[in-house]
Amino acid sequence: MFKYLLGKNEDIPAGSAAVFFGFSSIIWFVIGTGLGSFNAAKLAFPDFVSGNIYFAFGHMRQVHVMAVIFGWISMAFAMAMMYITPALGNTKLWSEKLGLWNCMFWNVGLALGLTVLWSGVSSGREYSDFPWPIDLYLAVFVFIPLATNVWMTILNRKTQGIYTTNWFFAAATFMVIIVFLVGNSPEFFHLTGLTEAYLTWWFAHNVLGLWITPVAAAIAYYTIPKVTGNPLYSHRIGHLHFWSVVVFYSTPAAHHLMSAPLPEWLKSFASVEGVLILVPAIAFVSNIMLTMRGKWYMFVENIEVRFTITGCLMAIPLNMQGGFQQTRAINWYIHGTGWIVAHAHLALLGFSTFLEAAAVYLSLQTLLKRKLYSLKLANLHFWMLLIGFTTYWISMTIAGLIQGAGKIYEVPYIDVVIAEHPYMIARWIGGTLVFVGNVLWLYNMWMTARVGTVVPQGRMPHELAYER
Amino acid sequence: MAGFREYKIGARIFGSALGGSMCITLLFPSINIAAVSSTDIALEKAFSAGHETGFNLDDPFLQGKNKPLEVSLKADPKTGQPLAQAVKVYVYKAGTSFPAGIIHPRILGEGIEQVSVQQGHITEANKDAGAVFAIEKSIYQGKPVSFVDNLTATKGWTPADVMRVAKDADISHTGAGKTMFVREGCWWCHTLLPEQTQDWQVFGAPPMLGDFNGESPTAFGSDRKAPDLLHVGSRNSSKEWMMMHFFNPRLVQPHSIMPRFDYMWGEKDAAGQKIDYAKWKAEYTEYTEGKRVTPPEVPSYASDSEIRSLVDFMLSLK
Repeated sequence: MFKYLLGKNEDIPAGSAAVFFGFSSIIWFVIGTGLGSFNAAKLAFPDFVSGNIYFAFGHMRQVHVMAVIFGWISMAFAMAMMYITPALGNTKLWSEKLGLWNCMFWNVGLALGLTVLWSGVSSGREYSDFPWPIDLYLAVFVFIPLATNVWMTILNRKTQGIYTTNWFFAAATFMVIIVFLVGNSPEFFHLTGLTEAYLTWWFAHNVLGLWITPVAAAIAYYTIPKVTGNPLYSHRIGHLHFWSVVVFYSTPAAHHLMSAPLPEWLKSFASVEGVLILVPAIAFVSNIMLTMRGKWYMFVENIEVRFTITGCLMAIPLNMQGGFQQTRAINWYIHGTGWIVAHAHLALLGFSTFLEAAAVYLSLQTLLKRKLYSLKLANLHFWMLLIGFTTYWISMTIAGLIQGAGKIYEVPYIDVVIAEHPYMIARWIGGTLVFVGNVLWLYNMWMTARVGTVVPQGRMPHELAYER
Repeated sequence: MAGFREYKIGARIFGSALGGSMCITLLFPSINIAAVSSTDIALEKAFSAGHETGFNLDDPFLQGKNKPLEVSLKADPKTGQPLAQAVKVYVYKAGTSFPAGIIHPRILGEGIEQVSVQQGHITEANKDAGAVFAIEKSIYQGKPVSFVDNLTATKGWTPADVMRVAKDADISHTGAGKTMFVREGCWWCHTLLPEQTQDWQVFGAPPMLGDFNGESPTAFGSDRKAPDLLHVGSRNSSKEWMMMHFFNPRLVQPHSIMPRFDYMWGEKDAAGQKIDYAKWKAEYTEYTEGKRVTPPEVPSYASDSEIRSLVDFMLSLK
């Protein structure tokens, strides 16, 4: 990588930036889920590595969250953009060199940000925990160069129209910059009080709604048609998805603070808009499912399709929860409980991660022109992720319902803690399965790059048979 | 750029959709929120916590620097004569940043702003010289109103004067304690937001709209794995209980899953003796194995330790 950073753009092989982003994302996934497993162990066994400031739960919890969001998920997005955007425009990435520098600055900045977070240097604002210099760094050296590369590649495309995936990429890279700069404005300009509390959740909501959800969906819009060979079922439904994300997903930020003293009209408005998120959600899921027509055998036989469709299927419970749990009728019961933690993991580890994992599998094989090293390991990875996640989700949902009951029936809090204990152990086991699965994945992708069977020119990796 | 023309309409619709969304979710609420006046709770929180509790350039490592002290003043700092009633004052030593309400008095809200400026002389407060503030009552347009009194301007009480008559037991490191609360991530499990459901019977009254003016960060917390703390000082005001609970929560609550915060005691205890953590842990292990009848004594914390400020903050959450 380093020899290309100072080289000429023309000398850098196409796809280099995507490959580096792909491997970076897997490494951050291993780190992020490892931290998650470690944190979960602390909740199950409170004296596990306790009494040390550097391994205190309160110092490490946010490092897990930021590592998976800005390391794993966002870097997998960057990989997908560097690979898919030029592929759909029948052109090259606008600048491989910018992409490589972007990747380097991203890894350095994230490592720095997580280190300061770990040491306790935090803005004290959930999801925007990074101190403002790190926020500024991420905007300037991470998201703006990424967006520039994506937009310039789209402008320099050799096709006439712009495919659905690229609408989402172009819009989401723009929106994440706005969200980053506006959402962190309390830190930049020292805005205080309810403004600070509300903007914290405005950021948290929109970084999920205008960055993670649409980009993950955009990736599925590419993966499924590409691998199955079916055209996208409907571009009109794609339009509906796109515009309803912009209109409905950008407005319900206040539904994260339903029990806080915000203006009541704002909470009611946010709640209604929150239900309307079902519009893009249903549009997306039905579009992908209908694209699968006649190719459902690939759900069983093809690893990329299996990951993507599993992720899309998980979008159904995700959005049913998301649409209704934020209404006043349900929110009063489950707000602030493990139910929400389960829901957040359904979004990021269930829905989103499965779509990105498929994209990383597909892109790295295609760009390296190497067939996946081992199908067995890939299958194991899939099942460890799915079983690990499901264990996590079920145990946390039950724990959340216990907490909710404890909350409204005014059970002494310690009895809730005692009742939750078995589910805390189950959550730790589930999280550890995910972590171990990712270690296997990293090994599998590394071996693919080293010794995977060479894919002949003009063929896609999934057209070749596995050797292991 | 030629290829972009056909998407001009799309780009315009996109701009107006996102812009409209930001108007509704940012501009309109900000008008409502800006019109909210501080409650007494907001004034007390803002003046005890100071300018900023999250990362800031005056306290980049969140050590509790650049924070005011909350003093329960029992004697007149000028004459040394005992006061009829203790007065709670907020001491901003020279160089300590003032809270947002002093820098931008508009944040205090209608009425409070006018009285604080005219009667409380808050605009005369000088960061380089330091200042002493108190929350007092007055009348604004015929209605009772709380206001901020800059005692350095109105009574001539300087921070040095106040600190001269204040005993250590009268001083609460509330602001630095909130820094500890943020740095140690207490808010990842303990909320500061009783909900508007049955919550208020156990954890106390939910906060109101004006309870947050000037506070940053508000640190509501979202994932409640432990009791709400907004009114913890009213439920339990025992320093000794807090001390044991922070050192090892299992001493007072065997089923607690809270981490130990014994490292916040630092090197030395209240008597200046070095704390032997290894010995304590060995004895505690013996206790858990049934080889000892009682657990080892928790060391008393030094008055300048980090745990002191955290306990002070806990007890301030009334």
